[in-house]
Amino acid sequence: MLKGHQTWIFESKPIIAGSAAVGGPFEAQGALAKDFDLLHDDLWLGQDSYEKAEKKLLEQACETAIKKAGLKKEDIQFFLSGDLINQIIPSSFTARTLAVPFLGIYGACSSSMEGLTLASLIVDTGFAQNALVGTSSHNAASEKQYRYPTEYGAQKPPTAQWTVTGAGAAVVSAGGNGPHVTAATIGRVVDMGISDPFNMGAAMAPAAVDTIEAHFRDLKADASQYDLIATGDLGRVGHSIAGDLLKKHGINIPEEKLTDCGILMYKADQPVFSGGSGCACAATTTYGHLINRLRRRELSRILVIATGALLSPMSYQQKETIPCVAHAVSIEI
Amino acid sequence: MSSKKRKKLSPVQQQYQDFAKAREPKRPIFKNCAKAFFAGGIICTIGQLIQWIFITYFKFDEITSGSPTAATLIFISISLTSLGVYDHLAQWGGAGTAVPVTGFANTIASAALEHKSEGFVLGVGGNMFKLAGPVIVYGVFSAFVVALVKVIIKMLGGM
Amino acid sequence: MLEKFIWAFIIGGAICVIGQLLMDGLKLTPAHTMCTLVVAGAILGGFGLYDKLIKFAGAGASVPISSFGNQLVKGALQEAERTGLIGVLTGIFEITSAGISSAIIFGFLAALIFKPKG
Repeated sequence: MLKGHQTWIFESKPIIAGSAAVGGPFEAQGALAKDFDLLHDDLWLGQDSYEKAEKKLLEQACETAIKKAGLKKEDIQFFLSGDLINQIIPSSFTARTLAVPFLGIYGACSSSMEGLTLASLIVDTGFAQNALVGTSSHNAASEKQYRYPTEYGAQKPPTAQWTVTGAGAAVVSAGGNGPHVTAATIGRVVDMGISDPFNMGAAMAPAAVDTIEAHFRDLKADASQYDLIATGDLGRVGHSIAGDLLKKHGINIPEEKLTDCGILMYKADQPVFSGGSGCACAATTTYGHLINRLRRRELSRILVIATGALLSPMSYQQKETIPCVAHAVSIEI
Repeated sequence: MSSKKRKKLSPVQQQYQDFAKAREPKRPIFKNCAKAFFAGGIICTIGQLIQWIFITYFKFDEITSGSPTAATLIFISISLTSLGVYDHLAQWGGAGTAVPVTGFANTIASAALEHKSEGFVLGVGGNMFKLAGPVIVYGVFSAFVVALVKVIIKMLGGM
Repeated sequence: MLEKFIWAFIIGGAICVIGQLLMDGLKLTPAHTMCTLVVAGAILGGFGLYDKLIKFAGAGASVPISSFGNQLVKGALQEAERTGLIGVLTGIFEITSAGISSAIIFGFLAALIFKPKG
């Protein structure tokens, strides 16, 4: 049901029946390695191209999530997925493998929460018993498409981020036990005129703040109702900007409650500049680490705000700025 | 951000630009320049050494040794690119590795390697000059203009 | 003789610092930076100044990409000397052929043998 201007409350509380996180070499050495279901030491996953490797990551995440939910492919009514590769081919080709009715989505790095929002809506309204949602990203495939060939010697600035190689998937079901989705706020596209594709954090922070503001306003809530509020991939630069921007807007979130998946993902000594990014950043952190913490009752109520930068290599060359969007989902146990 | 770009933004956006810039980790310009100086200097010194070897041991002179020297540096750069080492050297060296002809060779090799998955004709062949293309286009065009101007001035009895 | 090596180091390093300032100070991309240096090399070559720099600094001036611009201009001017105005069009690649040929040939061989490491 609609609450306020742009928030949905899921009265039937759809359950996250099973979730999975798959990662690559950098993630295996990262801070959240223990919360991954599967980790690869080969960036190619034995495939012929980076794009095919990304598809394999997504396939593995989906199959693992379905298995952990105690279901079979045939029990899933709909598959919602998106990623960063042109025409979302990893998602489409995974849908081919799964043979589940497919709804492709695109929200750049906010795809994970966009997907979870829609999957929860479909299940909450009784339009499905089980919906599978997934997203993926691959460091080399993203660099190849958005920036430079991976062996190219371009010096990255300290504001740059490191695209997570991985995939996250979850099965949302109409019944059962486990962490459940209670509400979701759909974000507006916000563009504050940042045009530097090596500084996505600064571009996305205003969108995250706008969505958090809308979420609290629509539900007449505040930070005290959550144990943890995690943005998707603002990185250290974006996180610090968002923190200050929230204070400027009069939204009080204690520092220990506000975190970012891009900061959580990697260890301090890994050469990831400002932190992790990519669709898989929010997805693997949420569907692995955060869901595990919820299941262990270390957290009881969290808000995940996945952030996406909606640029393309062409829009940048045509001198456009970077519009961004952020979608928030609250998950409770 | 250039002032022309800034004028296109609304006041709220301009305010945010300043807000974000104040929280942006500054590029360590001085450190980067020092590293670039060192890396670029080393590469040019190696070039000088290679040139000396060609002159001393291989019957080339000051003029004709230029081509084999360039070819040797290009070979070294492409080898390091293929071994996955050049991009790490370049993150440290910055312009010191990009500006010498080794950087040019790196753009060609890295693009060729990256697009191998799209086949050898359209992938490797079609993408090889993705990053090097602008350098060749602007080099040729500016050389054409400069030479044209010089020759015309000469013809008109100038210099 | 050692002097030649020292000047190669210093001048080569200095040209790279100019490139670094263009990238960090003016926030130009590497491609824009290299184009700027090539065009600068062509202009200096037109004035006959780049060859003087090469005589003095050796590889310190001939290795950076700016030397490519100089070689293109020299090729054009050499051919124009021989065949008149049309030489400006036909002679451009005469001197630089080693650089471009070897980059293409070795680059293609690399793609035949190696895979990128990511």
